[in-house]
Amino acid sequence: MTGLWAVAIKELRQIRRDRRTLTILVFVPTFFLFLYGYALNFDIRHVSLAVQDRDGTPESRALVADFARSAYFDVVAAPESDRQIDALVDRGTARAVLVIPVGFARTLGEGGSPAVQVLIDGDNANTATTVLGYVTALLQSASFGATGERPHAALVSVEPRVWYNPELRSTVFLVPGLIAFISMITAVISTALSIVREKERGTMEQVRMAPVSTTAFVAGKTLPYLVLSQAGALAIIAAAMVFFDLPMRGNWLALFVAITLFLIGALGTGLFISTVADTQDVAFQAAAIVALLPTLILSGFIFPLSSMPVVLQWISALVPARYFLVALRGIVLKGLGLEFLWPSLAAMGIYALAVYALSAVRLARQ
Amino acid sequence: MSTTHAIVVDKLSRMFGAFRAVDAISFDVARGEVFGFLGANGAGKSTTIRMLCGLLEPSSGRAEVDGVDVGRDPEGVKRRIGYMSQKFSLYERLTVDENIRFSAGLYGLTGARLADRRAFALEMGGLKGKERVLARDLPGGWRQRLALGCALLHEPRIVFLDEPTGGVDPVSRREFWRLIDGLSRQGTTVLVTTHYLDEAERCDRVAIMHAGRLAALGTVAKLKSTFDTRPIVEVRAANPVQAMTALDAMPSVEKTSLFGTTVHAVLRGQETTAEELSRALAEKGVHVEAIDPVLPSLEDVFLDVIDRAEEAGAA
Repeated sequence: MTGLWAVAIKELRQIRRDRRTLTILVFVPTFFLFLYGYALNFDIRHVSLAVQDRDGTPESRALVADFARSAYFDVVAAPESDRQIDALVDRGTARAVLVIPVGFARTLGEGGSPAVQVLIDGDNANTATTVLGYVTALLQSASFGATGERPHAALVSVEPRVWYNPELRSTVFLVPGLIAFISMITAVISTALSIVREKERGTMEQVRMAPVSTTAFVAGKTLPYLVLSQAGALAIIAAAMVFFDLPMRGNWLALFVAITLFLIGALGTGLFISTVADTQDVAFQAAAIVALLPTLILSGFIFPLSSMPVVLQWISALVPARYFLVALRGIVLKGLGLEFLWPSLAAMGIYALAVYALSAVRLARQ
Repeated sequence: MSTTHAIVVDKLSRMFGAFRAVDAISFDVARGEVFGFLGANGAGKSTTIRMLCGLLEPSSGRAEVDGVDVGRDPEGVKRRIGYMSQKFSLYERLTVDENIRFSAGLYGLTGARLADRRAFALEMGGLKGKERVLARDLPGGWRQRLALGCALLHEPRIVFLDEPTGGVDPVSRREFWRLIDGLSRQGTTVLVTTHYLDEAERCDRVAIMHAGRLAALGTVAKLKSTFDTRPIVEVRAANPVQAMTALDAMPSVEKTSLFGTTVHAVLRGQETTAEELSRALAEKGVHVEAIDPVLPSLEDVFLDVIDRAEEAGAA
């Protein structure tokens, strides 16, 4: 392995002096975390709510207070008539209306399940579904004030329980995806550019004239980027824990293994692109298409794979971020150990082997 | 094969698909020789060099570099040779010292040997005191000497210089050739390609490639001897193109070529004198300013060799 360390040390020195690469590796990931972390938030807070309490009992007032106290709703109006309710919704003053009928407290007292009416503005289906979810959750957990009494019969017969993310906070779901996305960008682009740059400048030819094997050259070239992107990925996770309340329920070693396997595949992807592209511009575009789009769309980062057409699901089997996300969510949110993670880890390992094998074939031909 | 030869090439060929880039060439290079490799772009020079450096597998034929077969042991060849290309392939964002250390690392140089060879490269390139300067901030001639130093760190007995003087000022070029002569005196074999024919004059022997074949090979004097029986005259005329046309029509003129603002005419024999030519041209209405016999330059040789190779190829 003559030359491996020479190449690796040289690469580190170049990175230190190359602002563009340093920026891609260090600054961009953190920037993306905050940008996407705050912008990509599917949670809805402070939904304007109108309340019409026709019962006027301590129980009904307690229910209203529960809504008012929650961060999800702001009580903005107390309409007296149905016509006022229509006007509030039409004008957009209220996105949801809670109507408590007369006899609410009595039914409750008799051990029955009183019905309340909830009107939701359905002009945005996503928001409406989310709001409906909040309302249902609130109604189930309502304390019903002074009576302190839970009804014997359940208000609703289904009692859903969401594990690992009980509040359904979307950041908890999105941050692992962000980590995959950001790591992929930095790893693929930095490797592809650094190798193509050597082709452009002719330094590659010089190195090939030396008794350095392709393996040593590639290893020396990618090792610094592996270490740097590992550090970058761990930094993102630490930042996500601090700023986005990402739980870390699993084993750090398992996390490290998953990240490393994923990054080796990502660096291999960059290497493969560099064997195809001859200029940095082409390499950059190829990296964007090959690495970024699938990671964004076909990994389950934002759009659930299970709701995609079957063909897209097949294609997504080739996207390493898909397996990384499963592993990462498993470790971070569920605290799963390696015994549950190995299929994802194996898939990432196979992907990495495949891209390195493809690159080796391409390099041997050149 | 022979230990007296640094490079032995025997019917070496390389195909790219159906294209024969190098076509069964054979030649030897003696130890300590400065061997010039000439030819137009695409004549097969680079392909030949890449094969001799173990970078490209020959399609057929064989070549030995420092006694090692390039087809069988390309890595062995790489350990024994130094290579420097026209781009002086240095890392621009690395300093002089870091470039030297990187090249040394590629060849596994460490410890006392590294210190020794690093000092040699700095000394040879006149780069002492510039160790911390970034390669991109060095003037062309300095970069060129740094690149040569990097190629010589592992003390190769054979160096390949691929257009080493491209884009370098004349003073630096002359200085660089002094370094090459020094290497040769110490027994290092130098195979150099160049577009500058004045540089080729300084080689012990010159090979001219055309369309993948060796069109000529020999010492500069021997190559020029083809003009012993075919003298060259230089014609200076107000209208060189008109003069050329008129000369071409004369039976005593074998061929003509334009040399800057003058015309070189190769004569068929030594009988024709400059005066006769001048008179003949004047009869055709060409205003001749001067007409003198000239010694053949390597450029005359080069053009002549290419002409003949093309005639042979067409026939």
